[in-house]
Amino acid sequence: METNISFKLKVWRQAGPKEKGHFETYEMSDIPTDTSFLEMLDILNEQLVEKGEEPVAFDHDCREGICGMCSLYINGHPHGPATGATTCQLYMRRFHDGDTITVEPWRSAAFPIIRDLMVNRNAFDQIQQAGGYVSFNTGGAQDANALPISKVAADEAMDSASCIGCGACVAACKNGSAMLFVSAKVSQFALLPQGKVEAKRRVKAMLAKMDELGFGNCTNTGACAAECPKNIKLSNIARLNREFLCAKCSD
Amino acid sequence: MEETIIKTAQPVIDSRIPEGPVAEKWTNYKAHQKLVNPANKRKLTIIVVGTGLAGASAAATLGEMGFNVLNFCIQDSPRRAHSIAAQGGINAAKNYQNDGDSVYRLFYDTVKGGDYRAREANVYRLAEVANNIIDQCVAQGVPFAREYGGLLANRSFGGAQVSRTFYAKGQTGQQLLLGAYSSLNRQINAGKVKSYNRYEMHDIVMIDGRARGIIARNLVTGKLERFAAHAVVIATGGYGNTYFLSTNAMGCNCSAAMACYRQGAYFANPAYVQIHPTCIPVHGDKQSKLTLMSESLRNDGRIWVPKDIEEAKKLQAGEIKGSDIPEERRDYYLERRYPAFGNLVPRDVASRAAKERCDKGFGVNNTGQAVFLDFSEAINRLGIDVIRQRYGNLFDMYEEITDVNPGEKANTIDGVDYYNPMMIYPAIHYTMGGIWVDYELQTSVKGLFAIGECNFSDHGANRLGASALMQGLADGYFVLPYTIQNYLSDQITVPCPTTDSKEFDEAEARVQKNLEHIMAIQGKRSVDSIHKELGHIMWEYVGMGRTREGLLTALDKLKALREEFETNLFVPGTIEGLNIELDKAFRLRDFITMGELIAHDALNRNESCGGHFREEHQTEEGEAKRDDENYFYVACWKYGGSDEVEPTLIKEPLHYEAIKVQTRNYKS
Ligand SMILES: Cc1cc2nc3c(=O)[nH]c(=O)nc-3n(C[C@H](O)[C@H](O)[C@H](O)COP(=O)(O)OP(=O)(O)OC[C@H]3O[C@@H](n4cnc5c(N)ncnc54)[C@H](O)[C@@H]3O)c2cc1C
Ligand code: SF4
Ligand code: FES
Repeated sequence: METNISFKLKVWRQAGPKEKGHFETYEMSDIPTDTSFLEMLDILNEQLVEKGEEPVAFDHDCREGICGMCSLYINGHPHGPATGATTCQLYMRRFHDGDTITVEPWRSAAFPIIRDLMVNRNAFDQIQQAGGYVSFNTGGAQDANALPISKVAADEAMDSASCIGCGACVAACKNGSAMLFVSAKVSQFALLPQGKVEAKRRVKAMLAKMDELGFGNCTNTGACAAECPKNIKLSNIARLNREFLCAKCSD
Repeated sequence: MEETIIKTAQPVIDSRIPEGPVAEKWTNYKAHQKLVNPANKRKLTIIVVGTGLAGASAAATLGEMGFNVLNFCIQDSPRRAHSIAAQGGINAAKNYQNDGDSVYRLFYDTVKGGDYRAREANVYRLAEVANNIIDQCVAQGVPFAREYGGLLANRSFGGAQVSRTFYAKGQTGQQLLLGAYSSLNRQINAGKVKSYNRYEMHDIVMIDGRARGIIARNLVTGKLERFAAHAVVIATGGYGNTYFLSTNAMGCNCSAAMACYRQGAYFANPAYVQIHPTCIPVHGDKQSKLTLMSESLRNDGRIWVPKDIEEAKKLQAGEIKGSDIPEERRDYYLERRYPAFGNLVPRDVASRAAKERCDKGFGVNNTGQAVFLDFSEAINRLGIDVIRQRYGNLFDMYEEITDVNPGEKANTIDGVDYYNPMMIYPAIHYTMGGIWVDYELQTSVKGLFAIGECNFSDHGANRLGASALMQGLADGYFVLPYTIQNYLSDQITVPCPTTDSKEFDEAEARVQKNLEHIMAIQGKRSVDSIHKELGHIMWEYVGMGRTREGLLTALDKLKALREEFETNLFVPGTIEGLNIELDKAFRLRDFITMGELIAHDALNRNESCGGHFREEHQTEEGEAKRDDENYFYVACWKYGGSDEVEPTLIKEPLHYEAIKVQTRNYKS
């Protein structure tokens, strides 16, 4: 049931990409526990604006856990303490009166900070542009049911396709690797007949782009999958490695 | 379009509907329209604002065809457009279930669902291309749900007797958008589409009476930038956030649509706003948005409030819980009022019935603004496992937000088990109104096109579930890429305008002045506090039940609110660099204008139809009463030259050839 809690909020503030950042501490009092984490930040921002100060910049949009826009490293966890949920799906009842809550941006060389808690995840788009598609022009498709696909494969492809592109996997990884994200897309297409034709080109192009953009190597720590809000499985990375080996062998 | 008629006369609107029977119009059109040859496509540049289903599909397809495309969105990636949040599914008339579906039936259901206020020719075309969308998406690798035999699965949705909805778990919008985004990425990689993320379009640039470019602000640097093109396509989504609280994403806005309106594009049917009955209720004044609970819950959930007002008061005071009230003291008001359809009446009807109970004091929750959605009967009948299989993810989502588990037994009275009921309340969800477009999806401004939710579309006064995704992709993949060529065919010798002309100077100066004005107010109130007040006015007076008196009050209050905005707004920071408060302030100014437009249209429309309910116009049983004699038209509003001046109404009469106009009935 609803109660109110008071706590200390330590927030990373940084005026711009090149500026030096620091933690600022705010006393938050009487926050209803049925407020979402982002609504709590809205309250903070409202208070800052009332005092004539600049609000804390953070990314968000759908607030339903699907757009992948929200981020935040909360008390050492990307998307906070809840598992299988994004920051926007986190409610204050997860916290207690008197807590200190630390909020930082994603930290990764490939995701430069724009301001405060907002980072630039453009690198993810660039990886997708390198090969995350089936080369097919609008029009000219055959009837959808002309190509039966086993339910098992379709369901598995759907699980991989559920990645929201949030970047928590990169933020969680000590190497800053984007393997889970890349493998989710590679897997979706590898599992479906539509994706098979270009499979080899795709995996090589996406991995090459990933390396070029400064993401680290995967050393199989599994931190990514543990923190992924959409439960994207590590087996996707195994599949990617197989696809890559296959592609290299046939070179 | 040149305005040849003076204000006093009724201008004639040309919707450019092709000749012939409704089923042949699109084929005829395509056979006779003008095309642009491949060599010339390379010379033409098109701006597409928006990367939702409509914008991404259009930008990708135009790129594939060989045009040069500039594509904009306000999020950090095209993949995050609001379309990503759509859950339920997308309609098509494949008839894979062999249940008697056809293009005609999809057409008919959509027109009827829209309460006979949509344009026949457009809806028929929509139904006609719907099947191509499914083929297209499967070819892209969209992982739709499948049967064990490997063929595509379907589910049923409201307003139809056939099973025609295709879906990908509860994430259909996500998968369709990622499909369009992948095609878009291929074109970006090929250099045919240039992608501008974190850019917000602020104005249209007009040269010699045609749309020739836009002014957009880079939201990171705060700088205004100029972009020129041969044509501009707007795909910026709906205006639901005028009401502050809605199921829309936080960034959804109507600023691009308002910029078009101010440049002379008519705005059609703004009063048609869809209110979804099953959303998680407002829980406090800190709330930022409302969460939709899928319509499918109404298949097994029963909606009720207490029969006794004293019990409602106790519930509101938190002295008792819903599960303390036994069966015989519950009022299942939908089953009582609509015995034939019961809990499965259409969205607009269910929403109004909830409001009626709450207005009379029977609402639950500490606010009194909620009703119960109860699964006790279904769980007792089918067992919790079956119910969890059907709705487990929704129960979890509900619990995460409210801390109440609807699958948990809470009480046993006289041997009957009672489970925690959900609490739900209607919320703003979708906007049927939008920028007026002709059959070619061109607005009343030459060279300016509008697609997706931001046009006034094909849904009439009410949209059926799973039809918005269909429309967005139909517009973007299959309609606009054809029709825009009819406009561009005589532009091939026109060079792309340069951005150093006086028209661009003036447009940029106009935007700069607006931004400086907002920064200079330096009053006391935050953007959100004024936006919330706007939301209250809209919900109270321009919401589910509207009256002449209430609408007049709303217009007065909105005028005062505009004054408050202009004199007492406070935006911190500077005009340079990233400024999230300035972004919101710019959008709020347009929401206020939009609010007034909705109220004007609602006041003008002296009838009840679809999402627009005027309390003066109802039957004795409280049902919506249309007036086909006087309101069988699309209401197009023309900008008055300044936001303070009332807009002028221009009517586009509707003509039905294929369908007989009837009254919708859900009682028997
Ligand atoms: C919770 C929810 C569930 C839904 N479920 C369904 C469903 O199951 N089935 C169904 O058919 N429909 C559903 N709908 C409706 C449907 O999702 C939308 O109508 C549809 O996705 C709108 O698509 P769009 O492309 O027109 O606009 P959007 O997806 O809203 O995209 C708008 C784009 O415009 C950009 N933009 C906006 N303003 C500017 C500007 N000034 N400058 C630059 N760019 C700008 C944005 O960045 C974005 O890219 C649902 C809606 C909601 C809210
Ligand atoms: S794999 Fe998971 S954590 Fe990584 S981007 Fe996708 S959803 Fe986010
Ligand atoms: S705001 Fe969309 S996932 Fe969190």
